[in-house]
Amino acid sequence: MEHIVIIGNGISGVTAARHIRKNSDKQITIISKENKYFFSRTALMYIYMGHMKFEHTQPYENWFWEKNNISLKEAFVANINTEKKVLDFSNGEHLSYDKLIIASGSKPNKFGWPGQDLEGVMGMYHKQDLENLEKYAPNKEACKRAVIVGGGLIGIELAEMLRSRDIPVTFLVRESSFWNGVLPAQESEMINEHIKDHHIDLRLGANLKEIKADENGKVKSIIIEETGEEIFCNVVGLTAGVSPNINFVKESGIATNRGVLVNRFLETNVKDVYAIGDCAEQHDAIGQRRNIEAVWYTGRMMGETLAQTICGNKTAYKPGHWFNSAKFLDIEYQTYGWVFSERGLKEGETYFQWRHPKDYKCITISFHKESRQFIGINTFGIRMRHEIFDKWLTENQSIEYVLEHLADANFDPEFYKLHEGEIMEKFNQENGTNIKLQKKSWKRIFSKA
Amino acid sequence: MKAIKYTGLLLFLIGLAIFTGTIFTGSFSLTQTELDNYIQEKGYKSEILKTELKNAVVTNKSLNIFEFSSRVRGAFETSNNFYDALIAKYDAEKNWDKKGEQYQYKVYGKPHTLSYNLAKKAGKGYVRDNAGLMWFLTFGLGIIGALLFILPNVILLGKPGIKNNGIYLNSATNRGAIAWLVLVYLVTFYLVLYFMADYAVNWTYILDPISKALNGGEASQWFVYGFLYCVIMLTMGVRMYIKYRHNKYQIVRTTSVLFFQIVFAFLIPEIMTSLNMPGYDFKNAFPLDYDFFFDWNIENLTNSGGIGIFILVWGILLTLVIVPVMVYFFGKRWYCSWVCGCGGLAETLGDPYRQHSNKSLNAWKLERWLIHSVLVFSLVMTIVTLYCYFSGTESLIGIKSQWIKDTYSFLIGAWFAGVIGTGFYPIFGNRVWCRFGCPLAAYLGLVQRFKSRFRITTNGGQCISCGNCSTYCEQGIDVRSYAQKGENIVRASCVGCGICSAVCPRGVLKLENGPETGRINPTDVLLGNDVDLMQLVNKK
Ligand SMILES: Cc1cc2nc3c(=O)[nH]c(=O)nc-3n(C[C@H](O)[C@H](O)[C@H](O)COP(=O)(O)OP(=O)(O)OC[C@H]3O[C@@H](n4cnc5c(N)ncnc54)[C@H](O)[C@@H]3O)c2cc1C
Ligand code: SF4
Repeated sequence: MEHIVIIGNGISGVTAARHIRKNSDKQITIISKENKYFFSRTALMYIYMGHMKFEHTQPYENWFWEKNNISLKEAFVANINTEKKVLDFSNGEHLSYDKLIIASGSKPNKFGWPGQDLEGVMGMYHKQDLENLEKYAPNKEACKRAVIVGGGLIGIELAEMLRSRDIPVTFLVRESSFWNGVLPAQESEMINEHIKDHHIDLRLGANLKEIKADENGKVKSIIIEETGEEIFCNVVGLTAGVSPNINFVKESGIATNRGVLVNRFLETNVKDVYAIGDCAEQHDAIGQRRNIEAVWYTGRMMGETLAQTICGNKTAYKPGHWFNSAKFLDIEYQTYGWVFSERGLKEGETYFQWRHPKDYKCITISFHKESRQFIGINTFGIRMRHEIFDKWLTENQSIEYVLEHLADANFDPEFYKLHEGEIMEKFNQENGTNIKLQKKSWKRIFSKA
Repeated sequence: MKAIKYTGLLLFLIGLAIFTGTIFTGSFSLTQTELDNYIQEKGYKSEILKTELKNAVVTNKSLNIFEFSSRVRGAFETSNNFYDALIAKYDAEKNWDKKGEQYQYKVYGKPHTLSYNLAKKAGKGYVRDNAGLMWFLTFGLGIIGALLFILPNVILLGKPGIKNNGIYLNSATNRGAIAWLVLVYLVTFYLVLYFMADYAVNWTYILDPISKALNGGEASQWFVYGFLYCVIMLTMGVRMYIKYRHNKYQIVRTTSVLFFQIVFAFLIPEIMTSLNMPGYDFKNAFPLDYDFFFDWNIENLTNSGGIGIFILVWGILLTLVIVPVMVYFFGKRWYCSWVCGCGGLAETLGDPYRQHSNKSLNAWKLERWLIHSVLVFSLVMTIVTLYCYFSGTESLIGIKSQWIKDTYSFLIGAWFAGVIGTGFYPIFGNRVWCRFGCPLAAYLGLVQRFKSRFRITTNGGQCISCGNCSTYCEQGIDVRSYAQKGENIVRASCVGCGICSAVCPRGVLKLENGPETGRINPTDVLLGNDVDLMQLVNKK
């Protein structure tokens, strides 16, 4: 029987395993050193915050793996011998494979800052990082202040975590406004305000120069590059992005750049070796996507796709319309299609924007000025239906059509105050149009594109 | 702010301590006339009982309730033992006439009930004489303390939003020592209420004035329970309003359960009683209202004129028509988390414990076995009762009507719904009864599963499998297992509380009523991936 070995039990590896099992009775082994059972990395923050226990982050009960005849191996892969098709583990053991899937995920970026390996400095990616945080920042007495370096999605989550235990947080963000490389200014500024509401000391346009140690080799303070200011702290969180976790691949002859290089079929240059998830890097970007897509959904989709190929139905990775979501403290964010920040706006594209006068709610719709084609939407504080936007994107609907039928797309809980009327009014005013909101229609909602 | 909270907690605990402490106060004795009147009223013929009770409670000694109760129960048993012995004796002698004669002397009912009835007349002391002040020191302090503890959360919780911080770091909500203490208190409370009500007779004195104002009569232990229930729901309702102040669905739903509890379950029946009508909770549907078809109830209703007949017809319509039709349009939530009293308590007092429901597959299996067994049990019991009622017999296919009614009331009505259902909140979560035991929920669940427009829609491919939804599902549904497959949640047990949707950080879940087609949508490859692949794999 063919032996499929998967390095990494994150969402991408596990999804691949599940789908291979669905379609075949191949022998499957999943390897991970981090934790025996698959857990949801995205939920790590909730454990520290006390919303959940670690066991709650495991999507499958422990019997699931044996029942589905998927072997789990707890070990660290040190090297891949692609000639002999054997994995060498750091404990001296070996395991041979017929097909190998590399799904080893990411690791936090460190940019060679002085002091970056001191005690009390940590990323926030692996389960072990969480344990570290629990050790160095159990409460506000032990951790008088924490400094977070890098204003992305994980950085703001780490800030929220620490604030849940009342630990003072200084948040160094390189950009002039939070995540404004991705978000339009309206939204980025709204998040700035919200961060300050949560009593987080937000430092925009601030880079880390160095981390200083006390006499015991523990973190004592950090120095800001721009101002030279010294901030005393007990914990430093490094959240300046992630990069593929592929050190063990380097000697194997498998081609890598920043990640493991793959073609559209998720195949590497070596036969029978594939890579998926955070660690995979496309030779050529797909549409406007990045070559490395380090998000949950794409990891899952690559797993779904690769399982087909492995089971004899060769399938290219062809993700559909882009979507994503996140939560900035109390503000939920969803996006469908492409909305770039002002800097990233393409020729001929423009925004329609609306922001609630009081609440933290806003939307940005990207569309084509001439053709009126709807390109994408960012929504903050309002939930929207994925299926509807996916359909509208496929149908190349116009911005006017989208606004007219916005009620179909709303996904907020029942009884929520709806804002489509105000949104429409603003659009009509700005564009001298007279679009009328259509009533929500189940028929339209459920009709397929 | 923290100081206010702790002051509140202290006041609450003082109130609770005084409330509990009142049990041990007062002295209990009757005069000969009082005792004779009672015996006459009840028509007890046993001379032994008369003498024994006289020796027991007509006394100058100052008995506390426990001594009093023990004496009364002693008298009860002595009398019954005496006649039981006679019955056995005549039985052995085959003297059937004599044997038959003895039965009229036996005392039926429960010893604690006799004790309660006598104690209610026999009590004297500070609590009874100062009901108003005592109300303030118990209920009053409890309410003020609880509110002082809860209200600062408006500020302490910070900006509106999901604030489950620290739930698993706190002994009270993480099955720690405090949780076990609360469990012991609640279980003891229910045991006293159901099986040893006489011990709590002092509580009824505190509420006598309110009861008299409402229905003209003195407070019974059930009045105390009903009143306490409303007070607890209201206070913990305030907590719900604060905790979920950003969520309109929760606000509206909480208002609805409070309304139905206070007006329908409490006020209307009390007012009906004061008007000499049968007190009836118009929203309490059979088979949750399991004694609706008991002979005494049917008799009571048919003897109560127009209103009685109306109640009878309404009760039948409610179960057979209104309930299933509403479930078809709105799902079982319209009852279980918007109207029902058990649900109401679970959604207010029980909210801090919702995360303790068991999410394992085994628990789900157990749930289906248990809840449907209880449904069958309740139906069999009702059929037997009705058959016996109309045919005038005592049993059907060997099942005695009285036996099955008693067994059900004891096992399901008292133990399952009360002692376990509510007592175990802090450890097993707030919906143990609703999930594993309630026969009405079983019935609604079948309708919801097979013929309803209600579902929880999963938002395409947006789920990140974080597990918040499953963790906070009070019914132990593994919501995530559906959401991460892009599949709508259509489950018999879902009571539509809406918390999964509230706690989801990615906006994945929405409770809604829509067309039946496409309600159940199994998927393997989720929205967002290659369209051809989705079609290929998901076609089923
Ligand atoms: C705090 C946090 C929040 C996030 N939130 C979101 C979000 O909201 N939305 C979103 O889309 N994405 C989010 N992400 C990103 C998302 O979690 C990742 O994209 C996703 O988990 C990647 O999955 P993966 O299967 O590719 O790799 P991983 O989940 O990283 O799994 C790889 C596994 O392989 C193991 N491994 C690696 N090398 C070896 C080796 N040599 N030997 C043995 N085992 C090895 C690793 O230990 C790890 O367990 C978040 C990430 C973090 C850290
Ligand atoms: S809470 Fe939301 S994102 Fe998390 S597992 Fe449930 S549905 Fe998925």
